Amino acid sequence: MGQLHPVKVVVNGKTYERQVESRLLLSDFIRHDLGLTGTHVGCEHGVCGACTVLLDGQPVRSCLMFAVQANGQTLQTVEDLGTPERLHPLQQAFWEKHGLQCGYCTPGILMTLVPFLAENPAPSEQEVREALSGNLCRCTGYQNIVEAVLAAARQA
Amino acid sequence: MKPAPFDYHAPASLAEALALKAQHGDDAKFLAGGQSLIPAMNFRVAQPACLLDLNGLPDLAFIRPEAGELRLGALTRQRAVERSPLVKDHAPLLHETMPHIAHPQIRNRGTLGGSLAHADPAAELPVIAVALEARLRAQSMRGERWIAAGEFFVSLFTTALAPDELLVEIALPALPPRTGTAFLEAARRHGDYAMLGVAAVVTLDEAGRCERARLVFLNAGEGPVEARQAAGQLAGQALTPAAAEAAAAHAAGHEINPLGGVHASPEYQRHLARVLGRRALLLAAQRAPGGAA
Repeated sequence: MGQLHPVKVVVNGKTYERQVESRLLLSDFIRHDLGLTGTHVGCEHGVCGACTVLLDGQPVRSCLMFAVQANGQTLQTVEDLGTPERLHPLQQAFWEKHGLQCGYCTPGILMTLVPFLAENPAPSEQEVREALSGNLCRCTGYQNIVEAVLAAARQA
Repeated sequence: MKPAPFDYHAPASLAEALALKAQHGDDAKFLAGGQSLIPAMNFRVAQPACLLDLNGLPDLAFIRPEAGELRLGALTRQRAVERSPLVKDHAPLLHETMPHIAHPQIRNRGTLGGSLAHADPAAELPVIAVALEARLRAQSMRGERWIAAGEFFVSLFTTALAPDELLVEIALPALPPRTGTAFLEAARRHGDYAMLGVAAVVTLDEAGRCERARLVFLNAGEGPVEARQAAGQLAGQALTPAAAEAAAAHAAGHEINPLGGVHASPEYQRHLARVLGRRALLLAAQRAPGGAA
C-alpha cells in the first residue's frame, strides 16, 4: 500500500470521507469504497462511457480520474436520478421506449444525457446522436435510445 | 486499482509545481486533464513514479485577448475552448476543430495544454497550433521562454519542453486580412482518432490569388506534418480546383510519411491526404473574406 490521502466528497448530496491510495480510480472508489454500484465500469480507458458521472454538473469519465482528485468536489451518480417507484423522466422514457436491453451502458448514457437535455431541451435527432457518440451500447443499435431521449424531451 | 503505485502531489501554486518538477525531473509527470495519461497508466504503458496534479491551479485556465493575440491558459478545458465566443471569433479554425476531439465527456476534462504537451501525432490540437503559428510559453524555476509551435513538436510524443519545464500558455496571433481556414478529418466513427486529418490556412492577395497557404496534416508522420512545398507552389496562383489538387497530390505523395495502422494502410492515408488536402484548401479559400475561388 502506498501513502493514503484523505478524500472528502459530496456524492448525491451526501458527504463521504475516506482515505485512499493515490492510484485508486474514481470509478472504483464510487463502486468499492462508497458501495454505489450503479456506476458501471467497462473499458477503463475512456472509450465506452459506461462509467460517466457528473462532476460539478458536467459529465466526465470516472475511470479517467483518480479518487484523490475528487477531494472537495461534488459528484452525482445514476443513483441520484430516480427510484424504482419514482423514475426520473428520462429513465421513464427509457422504460417506455425499450431504450435498453442488457442495461450495462444505461447508467453512463443517462448521466450523459441528463445534462445534455438540461442544456438542449428540444434537440434534433442528429444532436441526440452526437450527444450519444461517447457512449457505446452493444445491444440496441441505439435506435430506441434515441427515441427515448426524444420522447423525454417532448414530455419535458 | 489498475495503475502502478505513484506518489501524488497537488501543488497549491505554480511556483510549488515548478519546484517539484525541478526536484523530480522525468520521474514526475504533470497531471492536467488526464484523458491521455490516465488511460496509459491504466494499461501500465505509463508508470510515472510521481504525479503533480495541476488541477488546483485555476490561474492556468483562461481565454483572453492581449496585444492583438488570443491568449489561452494551458489548463483551459477543451470544452471551454469549444464554447468560447472569443475563440470562435479570433481563431475559427480552432473552434471548428474542437468537436472532432473525442467526446464531450472527454473534453469536459481534457485541457488544451495537456493535449499539446502530450504531442500525439494523431491529435488535432498540435496540428492547429502549427497551422495557426501559435507560440507556446514554457516556464520553469529557471525562467520562461516562448517556443514557436513549429519547433515545439519534436517527434512521437516528444516536445521541446525540458524535464523541468511546464507549458503554461498558448498565444494565437490574429489571422491576416483576407484569410480563410478549414479543418477536415476522416475517422471511422465520430470522436475516434482520425485516420488522417488536415488543417488549411489560405491568405488571398487583393486580386484574389493565393498569397500564402499553409497545409498541416495529422496522423501523417511523427508529429504535425507541414507540407511546405505544396503550400509554396500555390503562392501567387489562383487557387483553382486544379491548383488545389496539384498541391494536395504533391503533399500526399512527397511530404507526408504516414505510418499506417489497423484501420488504414499508408496508401489509403495518402489517398485521404490528397482528397482532404484539396477540399480543405478550396474551403479555406472560399471562406477567406473577399475570396470566391
